[in-house]
Amino acid sequence: MGFLDIDNTTKSYGAVEVLHNVDISVEEGEFLVLVGPSGCGKSTLLNMIAGLEDISSGEIRIKDQLMNGVHPSKRNIAMVFQSYALYPNMTVGQNITFGLEMHGVPKPEREKAMHEVANLLQIENFLDRKPGALSGGQRQRVAMGRALVRNPDVFLFDEPLSNLDAKLRVDMRTEIKKLHQKLGTTIVYVTHDQIEALTLSTRIAVMNGGYVQQLGTPQEIYDTPANIFVATFMGSPAMNVIPAKVDMQNGRPVACVETHDGTTSTLPFSQDNLSEWNGKDILLGIRPETITDEDAADRKSSNIAHLTNQVVVTEPAGSDTFVSMTLGGRDVIARMRSDAEVKPGADFTFAVNMEKAVAFDPATEMRIPA
Amino acid sequence: MSVATQDTAIRTGRVMRTLIYLVLLLFVLFYMLPLYVMLVNSVKPLEEITGGGMMNLPQVFTLEPWFKAWSSAQIGVEPTGLSPYFWNSIKMVVPAVIISTVLGALNGYVLTKWRFRGDTILFGLMLFACFIPFQIVLIPMARVLGELGLAGSTWGLSLVHIVYGIGFTTLYFRNYYAVFPTELIRAAQIDGAGFFQIFWRILLPSSGPIAVVSIIWQFTNIWNDFLFGASFAGANNQPMTVALNNLVQASHGVKEYNVHFAGAILAALPTLLVYIVAGRYFVRGLMAGSVKG
Ligand SMILES: Nc1ncnc2c1ncn2[C@@H]1O[C@H](COP(=O)(O)OP(=O)(O)OP(=O)(O)O)[C@@H](O)[C@H]1O
Ligand SMILES: [Mg+2]
Repeated sequence: MGFLDIDNTTKSYGAVEVLHNVDISVEEGEFLVLVGPSGCGKSTLLNMIAGLEDISSGEIRIKDQLMNGVHPSKRNIAMVFQSYALYPNMTVGQNITFGLEMHGVPKPEREKAMHEVANLLQIENFLDRKPGALSGGQRQRVAMGRALVRNPDVFLFDEPLSNLDAKLRVDMRTEIKKLHQKLGTTIVYVTHDQIEALTLSTRIAVMNGGYVQQLGTPQEIYDTPANIFVATFMGSPAMNVIPAKVDMQNGRPVACVETHDGTTSTLPFSQDNLSEWNGKDILLGIRPETITDEDAADRKSSNIAHLTNQVVVTEPAGSDTFVSMTLGGRDVIARMRSDAEVKPGADFTFAVNMEKAVAFDPATEMRIPA
Repeated sequence: MSVATQDTAIRTGRVMRTLIYLVLLLFVLFYMLPLYVMLVNSVKPLEEITGGGMMNLPQVFTLEPWFKAWSSAQIGVEPTGLSPYFWNSIKMVVPAVIISTVLGALNGYVLTKWRFRGDTILFGLMLFACFIPFQIVLIPMARVLGELGLAGSTWGLSLVHIVYGIGFTTLYFRNYYAVFPTELIRAAQIDGAGFFQIFWRILLPSSGPIAVVSIIWQFTNIWNDFLFGASFAGANNQPMTVALNNLVQASHGVKEYNVHFAGAILAALPTLLVYIVAGRYFVRGLMAGSVKG
């Protein structure tokens, strides 16, 4: 029994089911991020937790109280919207205290709570301004203040940073993370930005097409993605997925991949049970940062394989250089140090950290578990 | 090259602009002419008009026709002037405008933010109300007013105008609220505001421009209405328009054109006033629904 339980919940609009049997249990103080491409049902799920959309089947419980049919204002939740949804006709102060007023909190207490929150978020200087006279970042803060002041059981955020410019987004991301560490409240946070998901969350639910594809810690999601969708959606640049054939060498399974000139290279697996796939096709998943030059290879890894292949393009990007090559007929990206000596058109010997490699069943696109 | 073309562009621009202003000026004169005729003739003694000088400025300036029209002219059988009828109109128009606007706002709110099954059909039917000709509803309306015991009363007349106006006011507010962010309503719901609290505290304070549109529209239509007034008003609560007709149509005695002109201006004055006070919000409000932001 978690703090917030989403139990076998579905959502249909008419005959169309847009969320299928979602099962998520959130512990107190967790920061759960719902991440997925546009239209996958993140907002819908969040709105169901908030009570803004009703639940077609299944149950949602907060602190063991059944929430189905309970009015949004009675769930002790607070929500920060993508557009901030600040009341344009009220001052910042009135925006923050409106919810308290509606819940019948007496004026002196409202003022006190307002000043506490304003102090925490550093918005005291514009309590008397209308939202129209604030910058995007300030509005964002006010929206969070309006949520914080209620002291809710669960905070819900729907893409709160997507209207900010890149720099401010990173700053506010850090602020939200700090706030969570300081207050320790339970948060459910929707985003389609996988970096936001990885940096903020204690757990991530990756969604696609109305299904939760995988639920796990950022580490689990990143290192052991449940399927090809999760593998390629999380991480930037995306994980390389390379057609390969399993073979045995010295009693250990290896992946045979075709390099640019049609010759076959072998990459030994660390995962023993792949010997059951001997002779079969798989899809090999390798993250760009695990393909490097020899000097930069992870020294703690017990399984560095070498692979010589032609460099197609190099893209210097400040601290890193992205190197692309052709493997198994697909474009593959390696993320190298900026001072690695790679030249387009020339052959280069790459060091591949096979400890971090994963294998997928090409038929189901599911990861082959270790 | 570019300098030369720019130069000619400016020169042709100047010629064109002069032409356009000339044409516009002609239009202005054309449209102002009736007002001019009414104004100058309302401040002349009658002889100057009957003497054939309709277009001339007054030789003797007098406000006598205005006072007469307002307080002592023969309306029907009573020499009361237009003033009691002016107040009749006010008593009919003010409640009708306020109530139809508030109801339109509520309808718009429900139709956009509390969607329910069949709401678009309902809205379509309400729109239909904007196209029903006045004449068609006369007899059924008389019947309904009779049943309600409101026949011949000011309230009955207001009711007719409210019912007739709701289609328009609903249309205005629905279109305005359709682009009002639904997230604000949701935020207010989470904050614990109820149906009417959201309406009063969140929606209405942001409805200024469209409320002005609705008020101007309703005010001018109801104030200027003649048919409903003539059909449903009792002898004691006829509106200004009907009284003006009675003044002008009076069959006995000399036709006092100067008094008629003064009376007509008096009858038009409130709508003019509303336009002057709120007119600039009118266009802004009409645009607000169509352009986002
Ligand atoms: N009222 C509705 N009627 C029918 N389908 C709807 C309705 N609202 C949403 N949907 C569908 O439900 C699915 C999920 O929508 P949702 O808004 O939850 O997506 P999302 O994951 O939040 O996407 P985004 O990142 O674009 O905000 C979409 O495919 C959408 O078309
Ligand atoms: Mg969304």
